[in-house]
Amino acid sequence: MGHDTHIHEKSVAQHEFDRRKNAVEMRKQVVNFAIMILFTFIAFAVVVADFSPYFIKPFILLLAAVQVVLQLYAFMHMGEKHASHIGTINTFVWVGAIIAFTVFLCFLTIIWW
Amino acid sequence: MSSVAIGNKKGFGATLWDYLTTVDHKKLGNMYFFAGLLFFAIAGFEALLMRIQLMVPNNDFVSAGLFNELLTMHGTTMLFLAATPLLFGFMNWIVPLQIGARDVAFPFLNSLGFWLFFLGAVFLHLSFFMGGAPDAGWTSYASLSLYSPGHGIDFYVLGLQISGAGTLISGINFVVTIITMRAPGMTFMRMPLFTWTTLIVGALITFAFPPLTVALFFMLVDRMFGANFFDHTMGGNTIIYEHLFWIFGHPEVYILILPAFGLFSEIIPVFARKRLFGYSSMVFATILIGFLGFMVWAHHMFATGLGPTANAIFAVATMAIAVPTGMKVFNWILTIWGGSIKVTVPMIYALGFIPSFVAGGVTGVMQAVAPLDYQLHDSYFIVAHFHYVIVGGVVLGIFGATHFYWPIMTNRVLNEKLGFLTFWTFFIGFHLTFFIQHFLGLMGMPRRVFTYQGDQGWDLFNFISSIGALLMGLGVIFLVVNMLLSIKSKPLNTSDYWGDGRSLEWALKTPVPFYNFKQTPLIRGYDPYWIEKHEGNKEGMTYAEPVGDIHMPNGSILPLIMSIGMFIAAFGSLYHPDGVSWSVPVIILGIGITVACMIIRSFKDDLGFTVTKEEIIATEESLYGKGGNK
Repeated sequence: MGHDTHIHEKSVAQHEFDRRKNAVEMRKQVVNFAIMILFTFIAFAVVVADFSPYFIKPFILLLAAVQVVLQLYAFMHMGEKHASHIGTINTFVWVGAIIAFTVFLCFLTIIWW
Repeated sequence: MSSVAIGNKKGFGATLWDYLTTVDHKKLGNMYFFAGLLFFAIAGFEALLMRIQLMVPNNDFVSAGLFNELLTMHGTTMLFLAATPLLFGFMNWIVPLQIGARDVAFPFLNSLGFWLFFLGAVFLHLSFFMGGAPDAGWTSYASLSLYSPGHGIDFYVLGLQISGAGTLISGINFVVTIITMRAPGMTFMRMPLFTWTTLIVGALITFAFPPLTVALFFMLVDRMFGANFFDHTMGGNTIIYEHLFWIFGHPEVYILILPAFGLFSEIIPVFARKRLFGYSSMVFATILIGFLGFMVWAHHMFATGLGPTANAIFAVATMAIAVPTGMKVFNWILTIWGGSIKVTVPMIYALGFIPSFVAGGVTGVMQAVAPLDYQLHDSYFIVAHFHYVIVGGVVLGIFGATHFYWPIMTNRVLNEKLGFLTFWTFFIGFHLTFFIQHFLGLMGMPRRVFTYQGDQGWDLFNFISSIGALLMGLGVIFLVVNMLLSIKSKPLNTSDYWGDGRSLEWALKTPVPFYNFKQTPLIRGYDPYWIEKHEGNKEGMTYAEPVGDIHMPNGSILPLIMSIGMFIAAFGSLYHPDGVSWSVPVIILGIGITVACMIIRSFKDDLGFTVTKEEIIATEESLYGKGGNK
């Protein structure tokens, strides 16, 4: 977009605030990453520990669902309320998820019953 | 590239280099359009050869094997390599102008998308010269194609994989462009219908092409690297290919028809000189068609044997699509109703489109009735149906829009008399070809047969159908002649050529400068240009900013080299099953080139260039004379 170039200077307070905000953000990312690794580990663990398949299957699917949500909100920044076009992005992703889920459900119920 | 070179004559080499490296949405629009036209001509020629073969019973004009190749390449080319790029051409040209943007959101990706599509298409067509084209139909069902000898199917799989990646990239690009780059004041519910349909189509591409990629990838490893995803003798399942293909394939037909709907929704209000009737219901219907388009893929597989439950549910879901489509048809009719109609060439295409498309839609609902579909399946009735919707909808849309947008795209105008001649030749030829095929289908003529016995009551109808196809070919030749004649005609140097333009693109004076709007316009409502004209604004638009520096992207040769890398890798993959020693090194070389380009792109900061205020004023003066665009 055409504008004449502006130079933006940060005040010391602004700089400090940004630093602290970034540190909090980083901590969140690391914690979420650790949770993801843990979930993956648990998923492998229940298979290795030889639990009943009736437990393993729904349990792994549940972990997968949580991981998808974590992935979208923590790492793909869908949770940021003030990001630009966040509403559109949320609508888009969830509509896509609903379509994909319907197709999945359709196969399980009426095609391969 | 940063200097203002518009209006100065450039040498052939410089022009060629400019087009090879361009990231400008208008030039890429031209490239999409003319590449699409080329493949449209090739696929049309294949159709003519088929119709000549079927003109009389027991004909031996082409052999059975060649006929299979022709029908496969006709379908594949028309859908993936002709209709899609022709529509992408219009999307690239018109959408950024309609939303008041300088370019698309990812200009580099736009160029990459084009080159991937083009080289994939070239790769597919090389099959004719390198041992036989694909011959298993455009659907290439695994149960047939896995056992096809030669390299035909490999060309199909690899060519479509590459060009499909290009389409996917472009689709995502359009979605981001429309969501993030609208001019100030252009809310979602003020976007023109063509922009709306492009947005929905972008979303459909984003969700529909991945299943195709998966299907083609499975097919690729099955055929070339010895996997058994679709081979039932090895524990695979051939039906999975059909599901994957149609989960993509059904949205694909909406990917084609929705932009055509959008184009007609632009043409009709301009020549009815009346606001589009029921704008919000049009938007709603577009979204609903896009959504339902994902829920009906199995209606292509009624005869596969999914069982009565699945067939019934998919039948009902399919019929439901007729509701939003019907809303659109009524809205177009009510836009025309009571308008002060000017029957120009684009308008006559729109008027021809409505009854033709409705006829195609009605036979579509007939096929949605699962028991009846068992009768109609794989007969000429199906051929007649999908040609009615695709030719009667998409092709008429593209031809109409070509006349409609030619003044913006080329600063020339297509001859009106020749335009009417084109329309009537093509339109009569179209109905002559396909209307009678409904009855051929009901009489039992199966589709995809290379010849038939005489005296079954099919002889005369097939002959009439072939005459119609020749007329259609003649119509296309008239259109191309018209385009060529327009090169020598006088430049228009005007805005709002049709005099009744309503949306933003008509506010621009042609030829459109490379940065589009000198100042980003302010959108004060739906049909923004009409609002300004209505209030007597001599300048064309109200602007949202003063004249200032404009930031534009740099051109790059990397997309072309990246695509050439994929092209080379495809050859290695193609000859891998022959056991040649060079196949794996060639694959590594090709992918290496692509990856190297990606690394260069990632590590080289390319911040684009700035066009200064003085350069803008100089450009405007060189284009429009003293005073610039007033």
